[in-house]
Amino acid sequence: MTAQSATHTAPETGYNFAYLDEQTKRMIRRAILKAIAVPGYQVPFASREMPMPYGWGTGGVQVTASILGPDDVLKVIDQGSDDTTNAVSIRKFFKRTAGVRTTTRTGEATVIQTRHRIPEQPLGEGQVIVYQVPIPEPLRFLEPRETETRKLHALAEYGLMHVKLYEDIARHGHIATTYAYPVEVAGRYIMDPSPTPKFDNPKMHMMAGLQLFGAGREKRIYAIPPYTQVRSLDFEDHPFRIQTFSHPCALCAAEGVYLDEVVMDDRGGRMFVCSDTDSCEERREQGHRGAMLADTPAALKGESSHV
Amino acid sequence: MSDTPLLSVSGLTKHFGHRIGCADVSFDLYEGEVLAIVGESGSGKSTLLNLLATELSPTRGGIRYRMRDGAMRDLLAMSEAERRFLLRTDWGFVRQDATHGLRMNVSAGGNVGERLMAVGQRHYGRIRGTAFDWLERVEIETDRIDDTPKAFSGGMRQRLQIARNLVTHPRLVFMDEPTSGLDASVQARLLDLIRNLVSELGLAVIIVTHDLAVARLLSHRVMVMKSGRVIETGLTDQVLDDPRELYTQLLVSSVLVV
Ligand SMILES: [Zn+2]
Repeated sequence: MTAQSATHTAPETGYNFAYLDEQTKRMIRRAILKAIAVPGYQVPFASREMPMPYGWGTGGVQVTASILGPDDVLKVIDQGSDDTTNAVSIRKFFKRTAGVRTTTRTGEATVIQTRHRIPEQPLGEGQVIVYQVPIPEPLRFLEPRETETRKLHALAEYGLMHVKLYEDIARHGHIATTYAYPVEVAGRYIMDPSPTPKFDNPKMHMMAGLQLFGAGREKRIYAIPPYTQVRSLDFEDHPFRIQTFSHPCALCAAEGVYLDEVVMDDRGGRMFVCSDTDSCEERREQGHRGAMLADTPAALKGESSHV
Repeated sequence: MSDTPLLSVSGLTKHFGHRIGCADVSFDLYEGEVLAIVGESGSGKSTLLNLLATELSPTRGGIRYRMRDGAMRDLLAMSEAERRFLLRTDWGFVRQDATHGLRMNVSAGGNVGERLMAVGQRHYGRIRGTAFDWLERVEIETDRIDDTPKAFSGGMRQRLQIARNLVTHPRLVFMDEPTSGLDASVQARLLDLIRNLVSELGLAVIIVTHDLAVARLLSHRVMVMKSGRVIETGLTDQVLDDPRELYTQLLVSSVLVV
């Protein structure tokens, strides 16, 4: 553990621990327990107003607030990075209201709240990942009626999901859905892992950690318990494939990880680097060196200090 | 073909509060038989169709259906899951308003392929091939396979609905005024197509229409409805050429005026 990556402060007075009152937390925990008992099933819950806009992941924040204890170590990522405004604000929020330790290191965290990405480092038993979900209903785009989608889930009538994939192939020649790619959980419910890239779908399968999903505006919580089968939908002649990248990370030389394209300068120079900034830094600390590491300005390497 | 009816309806009654939707309707329908339900608007024919398709539940009465395994089943005692499965495999429903019978944001191929995917087909190439064949059969240019029905004419939309319904080879198809609102020439072409498909596939059809010309062209038997009750029933030619009831005579004569 480094001093930089794990810090601890006392919570500010005037808040209940982690902002939500105890009764609300109990209500949300009951929804979470139900969600764990029925993997992939969307459990309605009485979503509360949070002191931040919906787009900031209020569903995930409420789930995190309800499971957090004083000994937890929290990591918050957005697009794989610990340093975006969204991630920094949520981390600050819990530091202020719960006084929990925060970290950027995946291995040190007990609770990881995320939008978009699952860390490259596999999660272990005892770790919990909380996803911020904007639209929990995978059938929504073809069937706008809520009563009907509920019926389709109840009766496991999931032909529509394949209609969407069919349309993809008909239009693009391949399944062009690259994020929010639908999965079947434990052989039963179809679930939207939104908005993570499909690259991360295989990480959900048989994950040792607990996966919780919170949608604030839509008032839904769902879950994948540890060691659960998660299958990405596909066709026999168009099997599910994750994105591949032709080059390793320009900074840490990692292969088989999710890369972002980064513009380096105003002359159009660009490079592909790890989307998971923590994993990238850790690799560089271990001595891995990418092709462009020496030529890259410090700010682009993510070497600014963490909050 | 079998001696036992495909569909057996007895005493089917639907009240909407004090108003009678339809009352005491009984009939048998055999495989390959086309039954037209005719009457003016408000006669109860659409209510009856919705009851038969189990989209409405009756106040009284029963509907029995002979499953593919030969067993007669009480439709009203079936679970919703079973009924919905029946509806998307062994039955079809061609609606008057194509926007209710099609997915308007999904391509023609996807519309036809949906039922195949719903029953578990997972081979894109084969699903597309089947959709291609069905578009041909209903005379839609196959190069329109990736267009959505939004870009289709009224006649094409109805033909697409038919393909979408028939792709699983149902034995019973409900049709609710499938040709109304179309130009006469478009209507004639559609009726011709339906007639050919029905005889080719040996479909049983229950068609609701206010247009006796449609009944005459397609159906073997006619049921005339008025105020929620069946007032006359028989072979189509018999009923339309030699109606017993005054009301039927009026219906027929108004057709003769046209
Ligand atoms: Zn890297």
